Amino acid sequence: MTDISQSAAVPGTAPQRPAATLSARLARWLPRLVMAPSFLVVLIGVYLFIAWTLWISLSSSAMLPRYDFVGLEQYVRLWNTPRWHTAVINLFLFTGLFLAVTIALGLLMAILLDQNIRAEGVLRTVYLYPMALSFIVTGTAWKWVLNPELGVEKVVQSWGWDTFAFDWITRPETAIYCVVIAAVWQSTGFAMAIFLAGLRGIDSSIIKAAQIEGASLPRIYASIIVPLLRPAFLSVIVLLSYISIKSFDLVLALTNAGPGGSTEMPSTFMFAYTFQRNQMGVGAASAIMMLMTVAAIIIPYLYSELREDTHGH
Amino acid sequence: MATLDINRVRKAYGNLEVLKEVNISVGDGEFLVLLGPSGCGKSTLLNIIAGLEDITGGEVLIGNRVVNDLPPKDRDIAMVFQSYALYPTMTVRQNIEFGMKIRGIPAEERAKATNAAAEMLQMTGLLDRKPSQLSGGQRQRVAMGRAIVRHPDLFLFDEPLSNLDAKLRVDMRTEIKRLHQRLGTTIVYVTHDQIEAMTLATKVAVMKGGVVQHFGPPQEVYDRPANTYVARFVGSPAMNIIPGWLLASDGVPTVAFDTPQGEAVVRGVPLSAETAHRFAGRDVLVGIRPEHFGLDPSGTVPVGVDVVEPTGPDTLIVFAAGGTEVVARLEPFDAQVGRQERFSVKAEKVVLFDPATETRLD
Repeated sequence: MTDISQSAAVPGTAPQRPAATLSARLARWLPRLVMAPSFLVVLIGVYLFIAWTLWISLSSSAMLPRYDFVGLEQYVRLWNTPRWHTAVINLFLFTGLFLAVTIALGLLMAILLDQNIRAEGVLRTVYLYPMALSFIVTGTAWKWVLNPELGVEKVVQSWGWDTFAFDWITRPETAIYCVVIAAVWQSTGFAMAIFLAGLRGIDSSIIKAAQIEGASLPRIYASIIVPLLRPAFLSVIVLLSYISIKSFDLVLALTNAGPGGSTEMPSTFMFAYTFQRNQMGVGAASAIMMLMTVAAIIIPYLYSELREDTHGH
Repeated sequence: MATLDINRVRKAYGNLEVLKEVNISVGDGEFLVLLGPSGCGKSTLLNIIAGLEDITGGEVLIGNRVVNDLPPKDRDIAMVFQSYALYPTMTVRQNIEFGMKIRGIPAEERAKATNAAAEMLQMTGLLDRKPSQLSGGQRQRVAMGRAIVRHPDLFLFDEPLSNLDAKLRVDMRTEIKRLHQRLGTTIVYVTHDQIEAMTLATKVAVMKGGVVQHFGPPQEVYDRPANTYVARFVGSPAMNIIPGWLLASDGVPTVAFDTPQGEAVVRGVPLSAETAHRFAGRDVLVGIRPEHFGLDPSGTVPVGVDVVEPTGPDTLIVFAAGGTEVVARLEPFDAQVGRQERFSVKAEKVVLFDPATETRLD
């Protein structure tokens, strides 16, 4: 191959050679040139600040950054703060409920939508629409809906059911469930869309085969279809976990971490300690804790995804 | 094991009629092939037999029992799909046992049945693999194993070999034939491949546009096709249909057609005296299979060779006759394009069709 192309290129092509190598060099460098700005932005905006945050979390920074080294002192302080404990408990409570309810509802809706129903396109859009709203809008809207003076409680009482009470958002022990309700409302359509795509990818003759063998519809879903949705489950779980760990705007708009700090989440905690309470070191430590949690979820996921890719799946 | 009767079955989606009055009846242990191009309704008919689609009119009887309103699981059938339809998350063993598990068969019996089926299909070593780790032919075997352990009254095959490569298709065809010989179960088999139909079937139903064009044993379908559609669909290369005419002659039915080299005459074609009388002197379509031509210096068909296609065992000669292209399959000889030859025709194998209705004349 090389012999042939060289001998063919020799007669009369000598003057063109620099141009050819220039364009070859350009072709080699162009992708890197195009990628460079975004690479630079990510490098500085993400990784540099991760490193900086890590450093701050190991320093004695309070209101302003101080570049000394105090070891894990800020982490000790963090874990001795009751408010951080509330935040961690809330995170697990919120993530668990949010994932369970969103996945259950999303899967149910996807299965129902997959039964060859009429106006599927319209319904799909309706369910997916909350995803298009920002969490701020969702939080504000649900703050009104859940407010006993304005929302559901008021409406039901005005219908005549005077004793009806739905005041979860005003009570510290239940307020976190209101955050779950709003988050589920926003994300269920998204889970449904992923599950629906998974369902559409299943060969219908598999279902026919199971029917002929006498399997009931619930059995077909339980034994055959849901196991086939494993990749969809994985995607939904990872994406929702990450949404829930970084959920900040929703809590801020809906409850502002209240009442009485009862809906504090790691993200709101981090924001409050870093920028409002002049304890930058503790805030940075909490940020690093969140990063670790996200990494613990994302890294195995990426690993399994990339490994499957190299196996050609 | 059971008989299968399809009586005046109709199927319509709204105004679109996909099956029009289909009548098919096969005895116990027969191998029925539904043959036709895509869109002819053959798969719909199979789904109706399976109970996967509702019936618009008529009735389906399996073993003299009307099954119109029975769900698929109560029809005592097993089906093999074109895409194999294996459960991807289960191992081969779990795939085969799934149906038995649902029917509440104890684990011990399940294992016994699975092992027996695996042995019969020579896939004992595959039982613990997942379908994704199997080749196409192996997947097809698993699908057949899943059907066998059910011991059904009726096996349904929906284009089972279409996804396999040519070599494997021939092997699996033999396998299916052997399976039928061993089990003796009635089989309904859908395909668009006429060779599969010819090799496997005891009865063939050639379908087109939701209508059964010809229902009979494969040799009859091949030798005496009911109309020109069947004649052209079955056989490769297809039967030549040459516009010609019936000579008003002395008791021996004789047809003639034009070639650029002169008139060709074939004496002694099979035709009843009554039809011969009715069509005497009128146009007919002359159906001649390519292999029924022979190289013969004293033959009655003058031929100008247009194309020569040697296939190895035979040589195909393309020539013009009656305004169409005609293919003859001959023993290999020193054929030259442009040369004039003379062919003879096996007159007793010639089939005549009415040019108006395109149906066979007897």
